[in-house]
Amino acid sequence: MHEMGIAMQIVDIAKSAIPKNISSPRVESVNLKVGKLTAIVPESLRFCFTVVTKDTPLEGAKLNIEELPVVALCEECAHKSTIENADFSCRKCKSGKLKILSGRELTVSSIELAED
Amino acid sequence: MEVKVVRRVLDANETMAQENRQSFAEKGVFVFNLMSSPGSGKTTMLVETLKRLGKEIPTAVIVGDICTTNDADRLAQTGVEVVQINTDQFGGDCHLGAHVIRRACQDINLDAVDLLIVENVGNLVCPAEFDMGEDRKGVVLSVTEGEDKPLKYPLMFRVCDMAVLSKIDLLPHLDYDKDLAVKNINTVNPNIPVFCLSTRTGEGFDAWMEWLKNQVAAKKKS
Repeated sequence: MHEMGIAMQIVDIAKSAIPKNISSPRVESVNLKVGKLTAIVPESLRFCFTVVTKDTPLEGAKLNIEELPVVALCEECAHKSTIENADFSCRKCKSGKLKILSGRELTVSSIELAED
Repeated sequence: MEVKVVRRVLDANETMAQENRQSFAEKGVFVFNLMSSPGSGKTTMLVETLKRLGKEIPTAVIVGDICTTNDADRLAQTGVEVVQINTDQFGGDCHLGAHVIRRACQDINLDAVDLLIVENVGNLVCPAEFDMGEDRKGVVLSVTEGEDKPLKYPLMFRVCDMAVLSKIDLLPHLDYDKDLAVKNINTVNPNIPVFCLSTRTGEGFDAWMEWLKNQVAAKKKS
């Protein structure tokens, strides 16, 4: 539901990443990493991104979303598990003492600029 | 041409949340962020909680709602300081962000309180994503919602430090598997306590009040 705000933040981050020496920059794509344990709906985010990029150097840019799995480290047996179906227990020893290693990401990793 | 960026999208919120946390630590205020879907009984539970706290722990409440001051009015009747946030000023936000909490705190004398409760906007999705600088998060699930809500909204139940199963006085009238609901909460978050409460009968309140008081005491000591 807050995808519009997120899209606006992404645009701000992308704009500030454009090198200052480029006269009329055009961003072709924005690469985003989104963990599966975030409250983000990729489709909504794409729609909002299209809306908020209008009349900016990002107009028409593609939003590439790389979804990252939820991975947790067991603090009892050190086994690494991929968490699925909201079952936050170690796949090996069933312990619930897990440290979440990934899955909460919401990161702009890079932008791609047109070269013309 | 690719330009590496690597910036977290919610950086601005997280930075401000850290600043809030620092300021709460300096004042020794325990901050509790209470979340749930709409209609789970958060406000009723808080009204009863504030009554039971009486003057024992000086408390203030921040209430987030998209519209109306209904919840704030109910809470203010208990005599505690209540600050209402109508998120429509912030674009009808679905959650309370760190900047909103900071602004609300300008209206609260943090030196005079030991406990600050934030009643978040009713929503099981977005509030889970936004840190506001609180010490603990809690989620309320009522027995009129599905037992599988924790599995459907894992982020919410995962980020919380405690959960409440509310309205348990209704259980005799429902086909509701309370043990399954508790099991589902602990599937998503095995280590959190689950308090089964009824505001109408008072059942379960002692354990919840004890948890809350212990948290406040621990923060004061630190």
